[in-house]
Amino acid sequence: MLTLNDVCFSTPKRQILQNISFDVSAGEIIVITGPNGSGKSTLAKLIAGVEQPSSGHIFFNDTDLTKSSCTDHAKAGIAFSFQQPVRFKGVTVQDLLFIASTGEQSLYQTKTARIDKYLKQVGLDPAQYLAREIDDSLSGGELKRIEIASVIARHAPLTIFDEPEAGIDIWSFNRLMQVFKKLQKSDDSRSLLIISHQKKLMTIADRIIVLRDGRIVDQGTATKVLPRLEELSC
Amino acid sequence: MLSLDDIERQLLQDVADINGIPAGAYNFRVNGKSISRHSTANIDISPKTGRHRGIDINIKSGTKGEVIHIPVIISASGLKEAVYNDFFIGDNVDVTIVAGCGIYNCGADNSIHDGIHSFHVGKNSHISYIEKHYGTGPGAQKILNPTTRLFLAKNSTAELLLEQIKGVDSTHRHTEAELAENAHIVIKERLFTHGRQNAVSDIVVTLRKDAASADIVSRAVAQDHSIQNFSSHIIGAANCRGHSECDAIIMDHAQVTATPALDAQSVNATLIHEAAIGKIANEQLTKLMTLGLTQRQAESQIINGFLK
Repeated sequence: MLTLNDVCFSTPKRQILQNISFDVSAGEIIVITGPNGSGKSTLAKLIAGVEQPSSGHIFFNDTDLTKSSCTDHAKAGIAFSFQQPVRFKGVTVQDLLFIASTGEQSLYQTKTARIDKYLKQVGLDPAQYLAREIDDSLSGGELKRIEIASVIARHAPLTIFDEPEAGIDIWSFNRLMQVFKKLQKSDDSRSLLIISHQKKLMTIADRIIVLRDGRIVDQGTATKVLPRLEELSC
Repeated sequence: MLSLDDIERQLLQDVADINGIPAGAYNFRVNGKSISRHSTANIDISPKTGRHRGIDINIKSGTKGEVIHIPVIISASGLKEAVYNDFFIGDNVDVTIVAGCGIYNCGADNSIHDGIHSFHVGKNSHISYIEKHYGTGPGAQKILNPTTRLFLAKNSTAELLLEQIKGVDSTHRHTEAELAENAHIVIKERLFTHGRQNAVSDIVVTLRKDAASADIVSRAVAQDHSIQNFSSHIIGAANCRGHSECDAIIMDHAQVTATPALDAQSVNATLIHEAAIGKIANEQLTKLMTLGLTQRQAESQIINGFLK
């Protein structure tokens, strides 16, 4: 499904990622972990098309998306949940979920039961939240849950979550675990790529990839990699 | 049946959300003349008899739930007019007033409409006032200069939605209100400029008596080479509360100036202002693009939502 070949990314000041290569198969759950600054979020952004590699190639279902925009990545079937969700004045929760579920602009207040469902999945009451603007009136935790609802609504073959646990309480985290399990159950060809430091999340992974200083330093099943994480300084 | 051509009908739809004769009281002004007028048992609309052109609207005390439409349509190029509409609203009234002006100009001369509205709102009354402005046509300038004056008696409230949709080359909007005891006003302004358009909006609210309050929320988008100048001035002369918020999205080569002013004339006045001007944040565009929108669609979504 997803193939990264020798992907590198650098800024004028430093090399962030070096020679990253791995595949993701349909239905696989992969957790990418590593210390702060190891390049995890940058890697997620490259796969989502938010950034473009300095060299190397990204293929998704045999299509070369290396130089494509994030719109093209989205249309190809990649969904991306940001670590720090964006606030918008004027865009309502309903607008965001409508766009996410259709890929089209929300010019009118089109309310569907399907949209309600996504909010319920992250523990938010549609009656309270749909009409609200995604602005400063929402707490960080509410915003994070809406962000996650927006990527669930995409029904994408590959969904990337960048530190989904950041900014949410323990109750919400447990619900998030249920969401991941449910996503996996609902469509066994759906792949998840989760950037996380949380060992609990790693236990649901088919494979863990460990990054340090912009390189892959280990990968394998949870049983194999988890005991080695400490010695890898992760 | 209204005698309107297709362009005029479209303008009517754009500025008043109607495509024919509405229920209730109305006055349709087209190309400088009142072409149709209707009063009801509670609302009397009559033409002015003095030196000013326009109408007087008298609303009986106790009138509730009625809607008054007073749209203006100009399709004759070069028409220049100043129209005075005065509302005298009794006590215990609750009505909605839909105004608005649409100009189509395909000629070489500027078309100008200066609409001067005054509202004398009685005790315990509530009004909703909706005013939309729109310009179109390939000709010379479409110019709209609205002046809105409100006098709110004790315990009365007014909610204003003042919207410039598109296509107005030049506007100077002046809105002022004076509030008595426990009177409340909410002014929502939505202003969109593009091309080389110029817009000036100044709002002055005086909170004269105790427990009066004002909430001014202005949202503006300036595109291309357009210029906007917004100022709000809240005067608190009693134990009152005033809030002014001005947000603007600036794009391309546009210029926006926002000048919020607070004038406390009593130690018991609580006055707040907020103002923010900025371009559309890259993260906002990126988020919508990761959901499948193109950059252009993402921009349009953000602007439409912001001005909604």
